Amino acid sequence: MTKWNRKDLLDLESLSAEEMNMILDTARSFREVLNRPIKKVPILRGKTIVNMFFEPSTRTSASFDMAAKRLMADTVNISPKTSAVQKGETLLDTARNLEAMKIDLVVMRHSSSGAPHFLASRIRAGVVNAGDGQHAHPTQGLLDMFTIKEKRGGFEGLNVLIVGDITHSRVARSNINGLVKMGAKVSVCGPSTLVPVGIEQLGVKVYYNLEEAISQADVINVLRLQLERQKKGLLPSLREYSLHFCLDKTRLSRAKPDVTIMHPGPMNRGVEIDPEVADGERSVILDQVTNGVAVRMAVLYLLSGGDAPLAEAIKKEA
Amino acid sequence: MSQMNDKNARTNFVLKGARVFDPQGRRDQELDILVQEGRITRMDARAEAAKAEVIDLRGKYVFPGLVDMHVHLREPGREDEETVASGSRAAAGGFTAIACMPNTQPVIDNQGLVEFLRSRQIPECRVYPVGAVTKGLQGEELAEIGDMFGAGAVAVSDDGKPVTNSNLMRRALDYCRMYDIPVISHCEDKYLSADGAMNEGALATKLGLRGIPNAAEAAMAARDVMLADLTGGRVHLAHVSCAETVDIIRRAKRAGIRVTAETCPQYFTLNEEAVIGYDSMMRVNPPLRSKADVMTIIDALRDGTIDCIATDHAPHSSEEKEVEFDQAPCGMLGLETSLGLCWTQLVEKEVLTSLQLVEKMSVNPARILKIPCAIEVGSPANLTVFDPAAEWTVEPARFKSKSRNTPFRGWALKGKPLMTVVNGRLFD
Repeated sequence: MTKWNRKDLLDLESLSAEEMNMILDTARSFREVLNRPIKKVPILRGKTIVNMFFEPSTRTSASFDMAAKRLMADTVNISPKTSAVQKGETLLDTARNLEAMKIDLVVMRHSSSGAPHFLASRIRAGVVNAGDGQHAHPTQGLLDMFTIKEKRGGFEGLNVLIVGDITHSRVARSNINGLVKMGAKVSVCGPSTLVPVGIEQLGVKVYYNLEEAISQADVINVLRLQLERQKKGLLPSLREYSLHFCLDKTRLSRAKPDVTIMHPGPMNRGVEIDPEVADGERSVILDQVTNGVAVRMAVLYLLSGGDAPLAEAIKKEA
Repeated sequence: MSQMNDKNARTNFVLKGARVFDPQGRRDQELDILVQEGRITRMDARAEAAKAEVIDLRGKYVFPGLVDMHVHLREPGREDEETVASGSRAAAGGFTAIACMPNTQPVIDNQGLVEFLRSRQIPECRVYPVGAVTKGLQGEELAEIGDMFGAGAVAVSDDGKPVTNSNLMRRALDYCRMYDIPVISHCEDKYLSADGAMNEGALATKLGLRGIPNAAEAAMAARDVMLADLTGGRVHLAHVSCAETVDIIRRAKRAGIRVTAETCPQYFTLNEEAVIGYDSMMRVNPPLRSKADVMTIIDALRDGTIDCIATDHAPHSSEEKEVEFDQAPCGMLGLETSLGLCWTQLVEKEVLTSLQLVEKMSVNPARILKIPCAIEVGSPANLTVFDPAAEWTVEPARFKSKSRNTPFRGWALKGKPLMTVVNGRLFD
């Protein structure tokens, strides 16, 4: 395997297929560790990882924190309430302070697109983008890809349909960028007010009719609908959204019988996805969560140097 | 004139051997220009006077003093970013007159504040205040435009904001007819631009930044042109950035409507791709547009649809500008890069002739704001001396502006202002 040589993970657009495969392969080794009675490996002992979440997050921040702890790194969590940003400190000053503390990695979520790029160009420590604005959520994209590969064997020629609010979704963008590069055929479906201008140029097909979109799909990834979209005039009502775009049993019956159902969470049950579908046999939603920890372990490991032969490192503690 | 009392002031000199470009006098010839007591006193092939300092300008060009009709000076209120004095020193790199926008703190919306700005002038540059259209830029009641005109305001504008209320805009255009001054319109439908941070399109989608469609500018431009038609008032459209607006201006001019327009160097030297990488220096309003829009702006400069090149010089402190892209204030510096950019991108590339560039940067803005800029015996001496052969690199650290927010750091430019003559006094 070639050597990893990026300081940061900012988006999937800038990664090659080879680099994405490297992360996915590394994650598979860690996925196996998670099934052991003792789920820790000491490969990041002595490293310090700062989790900086400027936007509320439960799942992603817990997942990153857990991934770091399973690799035995020291972690510091900064949330908006405890952060000096509340006191008017700029991101640039926060960055300089972190730099002065000699940390190894920063995991950052921020409501401004490009904020991790801003940070990464100004500090020596590696930066992992845990979601920036509506731009990218690369580890979510990778864990979705990991799950797809696990369930479907590969990407080439696979039909992946992403349903919902595409405009405001960094999950959609990272999935599209990753999957298209891996050879999957990606489509998006949502109300026309929530499908952004020029999305076709990312290599996807656009549908406005879910019944029509669903029939070819091997994988359906249902996005969360932010409930405030109605207030911004993008939707007449949640009721109408649900009537046309909720993935329910009737619509699912038009899909291929072996279709895989995904959702990045948190779900609005009954709005974008029917509870029976979310909890049904085609759903892999909880596998995504488990895989998320393994993928994030892989990312932290690779960005921290990742020089030690992985198999050996994992074996030591087993 | 106070500057005449300054012992070191150079006020008696002859500009010798330069090639003089004067579109109004239809001149493009080598001339000696004698300046004495604030005025041009002689102009011929041998204007040497016994007691005048001789300034050898062989190989250099002389233009009527350049006018930047769209500048933000930040005084009063944000003197840490720019003052009338610092902005004037920055302008002295080529401009002999600037018009400053009223969106200061407090807003320039009354006679007293217009007088204050004029009192802050320094000899390096003539400063012409633009008053607010509405009190406090609130868009609710007309400001005392007649009073401000009396104090020296050369136009009115709520720049930074549109006058959203169409009826109020109509009244403003109608009212300004009495003084024959233009209403300068910042064309932006705020509902359409919403919380956008860059040009709308596939690139914004890719970068995850909210987009501002061309229609946000063009819809307001169309309204303003119709209101100018309705009232017979003069409307001047600021910082035109997109093809749709150009089309509206072209049709309005053909119909005889009293509309003029400006664009800025950033709208023909940069396109939306500059935003890749999220450099907040590239955040400006209206946003940098598509390559096709840039081509259209260049065409509109060439065919005269766009009358003027202004800078929209907008100083911002580094602590406010060097932040996340969508958190950064809009705007970029312009005074100290404008002429070099225009020469390099327009004249060197043969989009405009030298005379046409002088029209866009001097004659036309001066005509719109009624600022004297003639090169004639007896007229006040306001001149720009330019070295067409100078090659230089943009270094913000050397700017005279108090701010550093330029997107052109490190650009190699050809053609540089060498000195200016303002009210008969030489600055180099």
